[in-house]
Amino acid sequence: MGMTITEKILAAHAGAATVKPGDNIWVDVDVLMTHDVCGPGTIGIFKKQFGEHAKVWDREKVVIIPDHFVFTADPHAKRNLEILRDFVSEQQLPYFYDAGTDNYKGVCHIALAQEGHNRPGEILFGTDSHTCTSGAFGMFSTGIGNTDAAFILGTGKLWVKVPETMRFEFKGTFPPYIMAKDILLQVIGDIGVDGATYRAMEWAGDAVMKFSMEERMTLCNMAIEAGGKSAIIEADQVTKDYVQKRTDKPFKVYHSDADAAYFLKKIYNADEMQPVVAKPHSPDNKALVSEVSDVKIDRSYIGSCTGGKVADFRAAAEIMQGRKVKVDTFIVPATREVEADLHKEKIGGKTLAEIFVEAGASLGEPSCAACLGGPKDTFGRTNDKEVVVSTTNRNFPGRMGSKQSQVYLASPYTAAASALTGRITDPREFLN
Amino acid sequence: MKKIIEGKAYVLGNDIDTDQIIPAEHLVYSLSDPEERKNYGRYALSGVPAAGAGLPGGGQPFVKEGQTESEYRIIVGGRNFGCGSSREHAPACLEIAGIEAVVAESYARIFYRNSVDGGFFIPFETPAPLTEEIKTGDALRIDVDAGTLTHLPSGKIWTLKSLGEVIEIIQAGDIFEYARKTGMIPG
Ligand code: SF4
Repeated sequence: MGMTITEKILAAHAGAATVKPGDNIWVDVDVLMTHDVCGPGTIGIFKKQFGEHAKVWDREKVVIIPDHFVFTADPHAKRNLEILRDFVSEQQLPYFYDAGTDNYKGVCHIALAQEGHNRPGEILFGTDSHTCTSGAFGMFSTGIGNTDAAFILGTGKLWVKVPETMRFEFKGTFPPYIMAKDILLQVIGDIGVDGATYRAMEWAGDAVMKFSMEERMTLCNMAIEAGGKSAIIEADQVTKDYVQKRTDKPFKVYHSDADAAYFLKKIYNADEMQPVVAKPHSPDNKALVSEVSDVKIDRSYIGSCTGGKVADFRAAAEIMQGRKVKVDTFIVPATREVEADLHKEKIGGKTLAEIFVEAGASLGEPSCAACLGGPKDTFGRTNDKEVVVSTTNRNFPGRMGSKQSQVYLASPYTAAASALTGRITDPREFLN
Repeated sequence: MKKIIEGKAYVLGNDIDTDQIIPAEHLVYSLSDPEERKNYGRYALSGVPAAGAGLPGGGQPFVKEGQTESEYRIIVGGRNFGCGSSREHAPACLEIAGIEAVVAESYARIFYRNSVDGGFFIPFETPAPLTEEIKTGDALRIDVDAGTLTHLPSGKIWTLKSLGEVIEIIQAGDIFEYARKTGMIPG
């Protein structure tokens, strides 16, 4: 019996020739990522368990990326950054993208990719549930808690139950108004928020392989919203080109065997996909955009690890150029690199940033911002009964701040089109 | 590890996510400072909308205003309990509030893993939905070795799903104790 990419990577890191779903194995970890919310707790447990003077298992394999609460005056949030700084200097960690310095990057999942920490064939754990994003690079990546992260810091190992794989294949070509977010919300709507619990989601098919790395990251980002342990897309030339520009480190490309066993194989016709949203308060509460076009909105939010990459803003700018927004519109680049691109990339002679400002949108600093609500002074945070269309990944009650607010998850195209009309709007109204 | 867990039930619905368990604005307190960590107890389950807070009636706060410990000891949940973020503050806040076991139809995997590896409480799975059979405030007893849940008011007994291989970590206390016991890390 053949193996899936996920099974092959796990087997290689457990020193086993083969593994099968359900096996509990110990794997060697290539990268451990943590951020400002979970880093301090992880460090606390590491010291308690391994001693005040313990050293991490491998300095080169630890990556610390503050991103959640970095532009707030909240004293507790500031203290968390101090804890990270002390630890980094004590352990001499080379990969620390500190807030308030030239080295600051922004949202961890995008920074990992941009700084060359995502490499095909490797295993990456992160103290953030959207760590599954890195699966876009043909690697095994998943989110863990502080205890597991502290265990890795001390040992370089972690136990994993080998997941079954679900394969989602898209044949044909996506229409030009369809983005990865539409695909993903469609699939989560089909299988439900616990439809992939404990499993790996493998994305495949010609249509998917035509996606850029950024769109592939969007696809993998929300595996967790279906309960998935991980997501994966086989690495190809697009992946190699992206990775080799950002790191010299070697990597290994794995392919799923033709006779690999899958828990489920679902085939979609890419040409038939339609713009969709997830209605409040669950990512699987799917509706076609055309079914909710009478819903009035108070704001549009374009940002986060899943919706704040330059491809997302290119799409939004395409729709917003030369037009004015009708509702408060927040633009939050995921990282400094994305922010710089907003000032470099042009459509019709204007930079993306100029297009947004002229349309009347506000630009925030690169970070998680209101994607997870956060302290009261967070940019774009909901504080009342706002109805929001957002390119983020979660619309649970209170996720963007106020428990009374209503969040519709949508693609950047749909979020931009809706900003222009003040109601949920199909991007086809503006794209020709 | 306690062999018998007894106490009042707090009943919740399906898809209780980590933002409901502990809203993100509260993730800033220290978990190692004994005084400050009590804040996690204070705000545990504070993100659950009133209608779903303590079923069947709702409107029953898990922790009373101004307190840091809950009167409830066992949470009864539906499907996909603990979905959402990887924040370990979620199982931690339930433990800090006094929870000793959660009994749910199914769990989101990171939450389940965190509960076991961190040794916060035992996450039991039930073969059938119990959220309609048990009311918030009802007295429950869990016999850990026998794997049973007793509803004391009615005397009804349910068999819980086996904990499987993770029982070894639960018995050891947490993943570190387990690793010490098995010689993975020096004692
Ligand atoms: S942008 Fe949102 S989903 Fe992404 S890491 Fe930050 S808080 Fe999490």
